[in-house]
Amino acid sequence: MPLQTPPLRGAHDERGAKFTEFGGWDMPVEFDSIRTEHAAVREDVGVFDVSHMGQIHVTGPDATELMQRLTSNDVSRLAVGDSQYAAITDEDGIIIDDTVVYRLPDESATASNGGDGEATYLFVPNAGTDEETHERWISYRNEWDLETTVDNRTDEYAMFAVQGPNAPALVDDLTDEAVTELDRFEARYATIDDVTCWIARTGYTGEDGFELLVPWSEAEHIWSLVECQPCGLGARDTLRIEAGLLLAGQDFDHESDPRTPYEAGIGFTVDLETEFVGRDALERVHDDGVEEQLVGFQLIDRGVPRHGYDITNTDGRVVGTVTSGTMSPSLGHPIGLGYVPVEYAEPGTTLQVVVRGQSKKARVETTPFIDTV
Amino acid sequence: MSFDIPDDRRYLESHEWALEENGVVRMGISDFAQDELGDVVFVELPDEGDHLEQEGDLGVIESIKAVSDLYAPVSGEVTAVNEDLFDAPELVNDDPFGEGWMIEIEADDLDELETLLTAEEYEDQIA
Repeated sequence: MPLQTPPLRGAHDERGAKFTEFGGWDMPVEFDSIRTEHAAVREDVGVFDVSHMGQIHVTGPDATELMQRLTSNDVSRLAVGDSQYAAITDEDGIIIDDTVVYRLPDESATASNGGDGEATYLFVPNAGTDEETHERWISYRNEWDLETTVDNRTDEYAMFAVQGPNAPALVDDLTDEAVTELDRFEARYATIDDVTCWIARTGYTGEDGFELLVPWSEAEHIWSLVECQPCGLGARDTLRIEAGLLLAGQDFDHESDPRTPYEAGIGFTVDLETEFVGRDALERVHDDGVEEQLVGFQLIDRGVPRHGYDITNTDGRVVGTVTSGTMSPSLGHPIGLGYVPVEYAEPGTTLQVVVRGQSKKARVETTPFIDTV
Repeated sequence: MSFDIPDDRRYLESHEWALEENGVVRMGISDFAQDELGDVVFVELPDEGDHLEQEGDLGVIESIKAVSDLYAPVSGEVTAVNEDLFDAPELVNDDPFGEGWMIEIEADDLDELETLLTAEEYEDQIA
């Protein structure tokens, strides 16, 4: 199957980017060097093309009910311009995907209807999962006989993440509206050079910053206006590991490494006061506790932990698996994430990671590994 | 993008270089290879005194994004290891043909060098 290409594929190529396949998309992994790009985001500002992320638009009288019943968090708490992180779970409470749900201004709001009742949502599933997520929403909508329209708009929007301590100043200069007034997880429509964009104070690097949803046809123009270090998925990975943030398909995988939000450390996305697919199973997990959980660790010995490496206890017995690992550019030492039984999850616990047959000493650490917003 | 390919040394298809001086063969990886790997963060090299076979494993190089095996350009005994790389693996990126060298080998048979690629042949390979 041919790879999907972001609207800026040609521009990235001209800039000298290296590319990688990610979720079925041909995405830039590195423009200059991961170390350079990583440092730009931690110390200044960098911009990522994350157009491979999905965009699903949900509207209509029953939009809130559909979103409520298919995501783990409480969408009824969202005012216009709010967003929330949520999990999408199956009947067993296993994470299918993680997502950010935005409540958009109500498209049908008029003076005559008082603007009531027809909340509009946009949510962002991970790369390559938009089609099956769209099908899931349509299937449940039909099963529950809800009056909603569900559109997969992944091919209509490019998405850029402008991240770093100087991101607010940069985005403020670009926009005609006061976006720096937005709190974390707030969003609004704003114009950049007369192009209407959805601008949210969100991101996945642990830094302050914004995500810009831009009409696909205007992507190249808007990208050219964001004058800062372009960053690829390589730096995005090192930044998000340092921030202790999950990567779908690696830190959880519905097929190969099924995990509940509680195991994965995102129990805060589960609101058991709401009714959603997987809720009852998750209530049992919540009451009984988990047997394993995702922990952060630092490798004390020399080496780099990688996805799939065994984690052992000090006796050499395999007790877990590394899900993500890297040499932390900010900290200068190797760090990783992995699932271990809860008795090994306490920060300070000594473990071992098996790197190409050799046991390397590791220590459980509190995540995030660095201070984040 | 063009890469440095000094013609005073030989190359393996797996992107290591070998430079002979007074019967000792120094090795490292090419400019092309360090660029492909990206930021080098770790190298695992043999110990002095170890004996290597031509094109046999000699260690591992890791960048932030990838792990690659390293192969010996000639058979022989390891006589020196660039320990600077343990604290500063980025030397491989900064100066792959100089400060980023990895080990020196006292070759069993210097004729083995003739089986390696010339700079011109290596340039064709990565073209």
